[in-house]
Amino acid sequence: MQNNTDFPLLFELSQTGRTGYSLPPLDVPETDTAEAFDSAYIRTEPAALPELSELQIIRHYTALSRRNYGVDSGFYPLGSCTMKYNPKINEDIIRMDGFSHIHPYQDPKTAQGALEVMFDLQEQLKEITGMHDVSLQPAAGAHGEWAGLMMIRALHEKNGETQRTKVIVPDTAHGTNPASATVAGFEAVTVKSNEQGLVDLDDLRRLVGEDTAALMLTNPNTLGLFEKDILEMAEIVHEAGGKLYYDGANLNAIMGYTRPGDMGFDVVHLNLHKTFTGPHGGGGPGSGPVGVSEELAAFLPKPVVRKLDGIVILDEDRPESIGRVKPYYGNFGINVRAYTYIRTMGPEGLKRVSEYAVLNANYMMRRLSEVFELPYTQHCKHEFVLSGRKQKKLGVRTLDIAKRLLDFGYHPPTIYFPLNVEEALMIEPTETEAKETLDSFIDTMLEIAKDAEENPEIVQEAPYTTIVSRMDETTAARKPILRYIPE
Amino acid sequence: MDFRYLPMTEQDKKDMLQTIGVKDTEALFADIPDAVRLKKPLQIKEPRSEGELKAELAALANQNVTMKTHASFLGAGVYDHYIPSIVDHVISRSEFYTAYTPYQPEISQGELQAIFEFQTMIAELTGMDVANSSMYDGGTALAEAATLSAGHTKKKKIIVSEAVHPESRQVIDSYCRGQRLEVVTIPHKDGVTDLEALQEAIDEETASVIVQYPNFFGQVEALADIRTILHTQPKAMMVVSSNPLALGFLTPPGNFGADIVVGDTQVFGIPAQFGGPHCGYFASSSKLMRKLPGRLIGQTKDEEGRRGFVLTLQAREQHIRRDKATSNICSNQALNALASSVAMSALGKQGLAEMAYLNVQKAQYMKKQLEAHGLEVMFQHSFFNEIVIKVNGDIQALQDHLLAQGFIGGYHLGRTDDRLKNHMLVAVTEQRTKEQIDIFVREVAAFHAK
Ligand SMILES: Cc1ncc(COP(=O)(O)O)c(C=O)c1O
Repeated sequence: MQNNTDFPLLFELSQTGRTGYSLPPLDVPETDTAEAFDSAYIRTEPAALPELSELQIIRHYTALSRRNYGVDSGFYPLGSCTMKYNPKINEDIIRMDGFSHIHPYQDPKTAQGALEVMFDLQEQLKEITGMHDVSLQPAAGAHGEWAGLMMIRALHEKNGETQRTKVIVPDTAHGTNPASATVAGFEAVTVKSNEQGLVDLDDLRRLVGEDTAALMLTNPNTLGLFEKDILEMAEIVHEAGGKLYYDGANLNAIMGYTRPGDMGFDVVHLNLHKTFTGPHGGGGPGSGPVGVSEELAAFLPKPVVRKLDGIVILDEDRPESIGRVKPYYGNFGINVRAYTYIRTMGPEGLKRVSEYAVLNANYMMRRLSEVFELPYTQHCKHEFVLSGRKQKKLGVRTLDIAKRLLDFGYHPPTIYFPLNVEEALMIEPTETEAKETLDSFIDTMLEIAKDAEENPEIVQEAPYTTIVSRMDETTAARKPILRYIPE
Repeated sequence: MDFRYLPMTEQDKKDMLQTIGVKDTEALFADIPDAVRLKKPLQIKEPRSEGELKAELAALANQNVTMKTHASFLGAGVYDHYIPSIVDHVISRSEFYTAYTPYQPEISQGELQAIFEFQTMIAELTGMDVANSSMYDGGTALAEAATLSAGHTKKKKIIVSEAVHPESRQVIDSYCRGQRLEVVTIPHKDGVTDLEALQEAIDEETASVIVQYPNFFGQVEALADIRTILHTQPKAMMVVSSNPLALGFLTPPGNFGADIVVGDTQVFGIPAQFGGPHCGYFASSSKLMRKLPGRLIGQTKDEEGRRGFVLTLQAREQHIRRDKATSNICSNQALNALASSVAMSALGKQGLAEMAYLNVQKAQYMKKQLEAHGLEVMFQHSFFNEIVIKVNGDIQALQDHLLAQGFIGGYHLGRTDDRLKNHMLVAVTEQRTKEQIDIFVREVAAFHAK
């Protein structure tokens, strides 16, 4: 779509008196609101919402959708985000009235079908993670991290170990890890990675001690590498009296091969909107269940879903619980989708998911490493990180490469993360992509790399084909305009 | 067995393994130590075909009483409202729902603009300067408002009205425990925040005062008086949790000088779905703009001077600031914010006011009918679409009775407040007809009189 004029906002399309709604007429005798309300509390100026007809609204949002790019549009190898296919049956299931139009406070005996799904999902996740117990409460990964750390804190406090104030996170960790540590009242300290891209055990030994509350670890880590010394790390942390936290955003690599519980983790969160196909929704909603070892089970957020004599109940009587982390029972709508997916795949299917996710990633990594620098050369798991250092020397930054990919119809990889790789390009193909797709993407990357050598300006000035070109982000932050204000 | 989401063929596999230079995929997992390897298949359920699974899950769904099979008088934070058909059509466009956070503005203008419009509509409704792109829900938004107020004022005492949703209060407690903040609860008196107790509790250590408007009991809190009390401690912030639909009728909190207004937009186009996902909103005065949690969309221009939108003020966020971030939130509720935007645009300026007015009128009618039938309606303040009634007899028995008559009854307040045993919080929305209200009242009155 070629656009020479600004694309209109809803508010600019609005015309006084136009409507797009259909409400029933008032069928009860009218009360004089002047008598029922103090006039100071009756709104005098209606909120300036737009006034449009139904078709105008539909055209607006249809046009907006065409200015957007999802997994269904094309390849979306955004590392750390597991942009796999979002099955359509999931969408059909959650839209059933019996799942979508039920109230969290209706009598649990009238919602057994929903509670059964929650209970069974918990059971399946317990097995997949190897944990003793699971709660579906947290709304997303970061929320699960915080809930998990709060449980670890509660355990230390119960044991009288209030001096355990530090949470160790690797320098490769996702930003939410240190942020969640802070929100849970801890201090985040960073452990270095070694030249293999794995946690430096000597540095870890140096850091652990009386004040260690936990080590937060993603395994495979954000470089896509398996922390092969996991048992030794677990021992170091446990011996110092700390707990081991598993960031399950990367579970897609290991299902059916190994489980966080078997690796010695005490707490794990999962991102159901990644491995388990909850659609990413343009940024959410997600779901971030937490699993715990037996020692921590009493601290799970409440309520806890239990089954007694064939009846599923919501147990609120949890004296040691860290409390409520969110109203109601978690993001049920996403949990139903994840459940549908697990039931579609089964044990063999989930293992194949991980097998193919890892195979796809390694294939891409080997082919791309012919031209791009590969800082860590061992086999990767579900994703890998390249460095654009070589191209940068030619004046082409990783950002330029990302922008050039847009012209070929791809969503670029995650860039400039993890932080310990210069000019990072983090690529996660996922298992739902066919080899032909990977090959075309690889060919495009090689072509871009060639241009970086021969015609760098082509890459530097990209993109050319998108509806807008590069945005002035500096001005956006310096003089923020966060809402429409009529002229 | 074949899996329809997995395109890998035997030939692909062979070719790829060859390129990698390994014999089989096992070699790619060789770095997982044997001691932690799973030696047997996962003990989860065997897969089911698409048709079988649909049938199985439909049978489970059909076990549930729904707001379609029964007329719901249950609210307490989650409501049965009109959802324009266009909402689901828009959010079912896969360019929206299969995308992620709009990191690449050139191919994400649709999402970015839609959320910019959401931010604008929320700011308009609440009477605030700015709003963010969404929070998990109203409860966690409120908890983040509490911690933001502490961070901003460098004070550690959070005053919360007991007339705030009990589960939101519990979430505030959990978050404040995390940040080692003190939470002081002010009792309600006759269904609204006890202003004398508030006056007494507020002091130099107070970071914020948190109230709900309309409150958990449906009552309209006297925000003007609360603001006056807050003037005695000018540093303390006024945090208001608001049902945004009510703001189609009530004076917005911004007009009373609120510093932060939060709530849940479930009322706009989001099905109840057993409590989530809904969509928190977070609005504030512009002085707090650089401290807000979550994503913010800002307007800017591209190289050719065309208007466009980007994620902005990211220096607040976890991916940049890590342990110094203002919040740990990353994924939020973007798709539901979109659903609410579509619903708000469908309602528009006129429809939103009309829908709020219908709620007010039906609730007024319901109250009069209940009183006329001899029921005691508690708390005599102005109210939006919920009221509290006191019933003789066991509330569970009443619920069962109502269920048998085709109704989902109200919320039993005794669940969370011992003083309110035998009290039911009843919600009435524009979805309830006069006939449904009349029958419901008759049934409750008959039970009460027994
Ligand atoms: C490794 C890792 N950890 C944690 C998170 C946070 O998850 P969420 O965005 O659901 O809060 C993410 C995703 O963004 C991630 O990639």
